[in-house]
Amino acid sequence: MLTLDLARRSLRNRLLPSILTVLSIAFSVALLVGIENIRNGLRASFTGTISGTDLIVGPQAGSIQLLLYSVFGMGSPTGNISAEAYEHFQNHPAVAWTIPYALGDSHRGYRVIGTTEDFYEHFRYRGGTPLALAQGDRARDAMDVVLGSEVAERLEYAPGDQIVVTHGMGAAGIMDHDDTPFEVVGILERTGTPVDRALYMTLEGIDAMHEGWEGGVPPAPPSFAPGGEGAAEDDYYAAPPTPPVETDEHERDHGHEHQHGETQTPAGAQDPSLHAHDHDHGGTQITSFFLGTTSRFEMLSLQREINEYRDEPLMAIAPGIALAEMWRSVGYAEDGLKIVSFFVVIVGLLGMLVSLYTALDARRREMAIFRALGAGPRRIIGLLVVESGFLALMGAVIGVALVYGSIFFFQGTVEARFGLLIPIRPLGSLEWLYLGSVVAAGFVLGLIPAAKAYRNTLTDGLSPRS
Amino acid sequence: MTNAEGSEFAPDGALTPAVELRQLRFGYRPGTPVLQVDSLVVPAGESVFLHGPSGSGKTTLLGIIAGVLKADRGEALVLGNDLTRLGGSDRDHLRGERLGYIFQMFNLIPYLSAFDNITLPCRMNSRRMKRLDGSLDVETRALARTLEIESLLGARPGELSVGQQQRVAAARALLGRPDLVVADEPTSALDADRREAFLGLLFESCREAGATLLFVSHDRSLESRFDRALSLPDVNRAPVAA
Ligand SMILES: Nc1ncnc2c1ncn2[C@@H]1O[C@H](COP(=O)(O)OP(=O)(O)O)[C@@H](O)[C@H]1O
Ligand SMILES: [Mg+2]
Repeated sequence: MLTLDLARRSLRNRLLPSILTVLSIAFSVALLVGIENIRNGLRASFTGTISGTDLIVGPQAGSIQLLLYSVFGMGSPTGNISAEAYEHFQNHPAVAWTIPYALGDSHRGYRVIGTTEDFYEHFRYRGGTPLALAQGDRARDAMDVVLGSEVAERLEYAPGDQIVVTHGMGAAGIMDHDDTPFEVVGILERTGTPVDRALYMTLEGIDAMHEGWEGGVPPAPPSFAPGGEGAAEDDYYAAPPTPPVETDEHERDHGHEHQHGETQTPAGAQDPSLHAHDHDHGGTQITSFFLGTTSRFEMLSLQREINEYRDEPLMAIAPGIALAEMWRSVGYAEDGLKIVSFFVVIVGLLGMLVSLYTALDARRREMAIFRALGAGPRRIIGLLVVESGFLALMGAVIGVALVYGSIFFFQGTVEARFGLLIPIRPLGSLEWLYLGSVVAAGFVLGLIPAAKAYRNTLTDGLSPRS
Repeated sequence: MTNAEGSEFAPDGALTPAVELRQLRFGYRPGTPVLQVDSLVVPAGESVFLHGPSGSGKTTLLGIIAGVLKADRGEALVLGNDLTRLGGSDRDHLRGERLGYIFQMFNLIPYLSAFDNITLPCRMNSRRMKRLDGSLDVETRALARTLEIESLLGARPGELSVGQQQRVAAARALLGRPDLVVADEPTSALDADRREAFLGLLFESCREAGATLLFVSHDRSLESRFDRALSLPDVNRAPVAA
């Protein structure tokens, strides 16, 4: 076909500008599609922090707070769950499995989590992926500790190393449990979730460590200033034994012994900094637990049952819903990316318009020649539209290929470096919309100079105007 | 509509002038007429020299005769067809089939060889192709020989001198034996010697093709070689814009 042949020769004649135009379109497409993929990856990795768990149970407080300390390892537990309450729900007919979490200790800034083997058995993340051990074995004995991959990597620990656990969450220990060194028995595979940033031991280990500790301090008179700087934010254990000089009410909340039940202020009304409750070291106390139901249909009624549990104020949240809610509330990061995407689209389209338009406008003289030779509007439009449409289409295809190629080749590197898995996914509606408008703009843009060429006379750029 | 030769346009009888304008009015913008020509005739088979100063509307007039512009009023009979009554696409077809157009300069498509430039009108218009006696290749070479550009057929326009480019443009205008060749100051970019040589070749090829030649220029020194000379300011009553 003559039009295609002419368009092909014309493009080849202006190879470099054509390539530059295609590349500028390709990069703007790649930028948008890339941002969309990162946005998607962020959301997927956030909402995939935990999966397979139907309910997370903790003392009554804010649901975000429960999610933060139990799933993300941020902030302090709001209190304890008694062994009786835990056992009650562990043996509940609607409950298939539970994973207890006892939080409050740390090792060089990383959280120590007391749990059971149920953790290794039932914990799932990112679409149901189970935990796996990269090295060694699960923590079974009281002195065993298993490390998250980041902990092991950063602190350069290997199975067999002895470590000391700190009371509270200071980087430099406020109180080290010097007397009870633990032994690294295993290291978890990388998950890209907060699981990587914690140490795992048995509930017995937690108890053994706190043996004899009452009121949050070692049995011997302490040689440290209570309530020191490092303990301020995460003073779960490191609560000052001396009551702070404040109101009576605060004094009571800062009480040294955690009292179950009615003394606990209800959710929302509680000052989040006042978590100076301690373990009741008489039994195995936990701060929260995860559970899976025997049947999904049981979930709602079980959640209600936990929330209305009489013996102790508890709350249960569905992590999937809570995570989605939380993502929406911290979604300004995503909104930011959306705004960036929007400007990328605008700038990309404008850049494309400019480069296509200048390329086409330079050819008005050529179009005047075609007209003089008897070319009708269909031929003129055909020539220009085929060219600019082809450039836009190539740009779009190369841009998308660039992104998916990069994801394919660098997925592993990005996951290892940033803990962000960018899944290969089909294009979303925003991307299709953008690709559609890029290609459509390419075709429509050819029409403008074509119309101009057709309206204009043979004088067009051919002879200097007198 | 279609006659024996396969053209839907009126045949050019011996008595029909190649171009006849009557009461023609044209302006690019309303209120500023560029052309007001009551009568202008180019007899078939003749070579006509149309002169006028720059800005007098010569190119505009050729645009109307070629059917690129449409007159506001009056009649523009070209090869027996009133262009003011033809639609845009019919005018394009008439031009493609039976007209040859030579610009002042920059006549050629830069990314096509001289050969491809010359054959472009025939390839774009099948009726023009049918007017060839022999094959496209043979006819093109014969015409190129007459215009002394046979050895340049494979060259790109960028590799040709202005004089060579104008001869390629002339070959393109003449291939397919057009009934009317319209030339808009084709020699203005050439020096005196080249100008004479080009004119000689153009006349010869037009005679061979049996084409009427309407040649426009502001340079009256060429006038004597034509069958007939016309002054546009004499026939155009529109005031010349500064
Ligand atoms: N495309 C155009 N749009 C508006 N005015 C034009 C255009 N082309 C030519 N003109 C005007 O029409 C007049 C005649 O121009 P033109 O036909 O090019 O004269 P010539 O070819 O004799 O130099 C001039 O005043 C010129 O400025
Ligand atoms: Mg002119």
